[in-house]
Amino acid sequence: MNFLVLGAATEGAHGGLNTGDILFQLVMFLVLLALLKKFAWGPLMGIMKEREEHIAGEIGAAEKSRTEAHKLVEEQREMLKQARTEAQGLIENAKKQGDVQRDEIIALARTESDRIKEAAKLEIEQQKEQAVAAIREQVASLSVLIASKVIEKEISAADQEKLINEYIQEAGNAR
Amino acid sequence: MAHGAPLIDIFGLTFNKANMLMITIASAIVFIIAVLSTRKLAMKPSGMQNFMEWVMDFVKGIINSTMDWKDGGRFHVLGITLMMYVFVANMLGLPFSVTYDGVLWWKSPTADPVVTMTLAVMVVGLSHYYGVKLKGTAEYGKEFFKPFWFMFPIKLIEEFANTLTLGLRLYGNIYAGEILLSLLAAGLATGVGGHLAAIVPMLAWQGFSLFVGAIQAFIFTMLTMVYLSHKVSHDH
Repeated sequence: MNFLVLGAATEGAHGGLNTGDILFQLVMFLVLLALLKKFAWGPLMGIMKEREEHIAGEIGAAEKSRTEAHKLVEEQREMLKQARTEAQGLIENAKKQGDVQRDEIIALARTESDRIKEAAKLEIEQQKEQAVAAIREQVASLSVLIASKVIEKEISAADQEKLINEYIQEAGNAR
Repeated sequence: MAHGAPLIDIFGLTFNKANMLMITIASAIVFIIAVLSTRKLAMKPSGMQNFMEWVMDFVKGIINSTMDWKDGGRFHVLGITLMMYVFVANMLGLPFSVTYDGVLWWKSPTADPVVTMTLAVMVVGLSHYYGVKLKGTAEYGKEFFKPFWFMFPIKLIEEFANTLTLGLRLYGNIYAGEILLSLLAAGLATGVGGHLAAIVPMLAWQGFSLFVGAIQAFIFTMLTMVYLSHKVSHDH
């Protein structure tokens, strides 16, 4: 144990404080600090900061593109819904229009048929009147013919005419 | 064991050349590791960049656990450098120590109280500097009389106690580790029997020292952030 004591003693053996060591250590450490800051820690911190910013930027960009995608999907969905309702409206409209057109056509056809019927009726009436008139004429001439045939010998034509006229007059009055 | 120190006096200052050497080596190793692992920086990290980013996030976690990132962000670089430097310095004395002409040359720089106390004083000094800078002199001064005015002496002592414990904790852990390692190494050299007897504890103690070195680096950084946050934070 003797040399241990001696070993401890040597530190203080030279008595005075190693003032030079203090100065040297201090200067050395400050120099090391400055050098490391310039050549090692500075660049390293720079790159770490850069990476931090890069990551933050990437996260921000990802977040932004995500919201953008979300917005787009929402927009597409909205558009799809709109298109669907539009198509529905178109079909509805077409159906309504078809109905209206059908009604119109039917109405038109009905009036047309009415008109035709009316015209036909009118014509029939006319024809009937015409026919009645013709028949009346025919009957008159026929009866004259018959009468003339029957009484040809007894009365002259003039008398006959007079007679017939009288007769017709009478008939007209009777009516 | 009774190794001397290669002292030299320049301009009335006493330099320990071994300390200077080891401080330089530790700084160089930290610098080389850091620069090599940040040469090919990519958005998609690979290899050493992953490791460095893990270290950064780790220190960021330490800072976040003690104060607001708004206040603590400016200590990020300090925290990473401090932790890497203390860790590497702790590791240096583990694999071997070199004595030449009865003078100890290769050891952990943190096995010297002067070195650790320098770091501790620097940290506490920084905490005061940032306390004044961020909160203003009046606010900074008031902190010493909170929560009660008569706490002032205790607060004052606390500052010195903080500094002392911060530096000496690191020194004590690493120095004790190295003492035990050199004792075991002395055992290794005493012949076949001593060699066999010392191998297992040697392995165990080196593994443990690795653990202690890492833990001490973490604790040193953690406490640095705690002290800084005490001075910097507005609410606690």
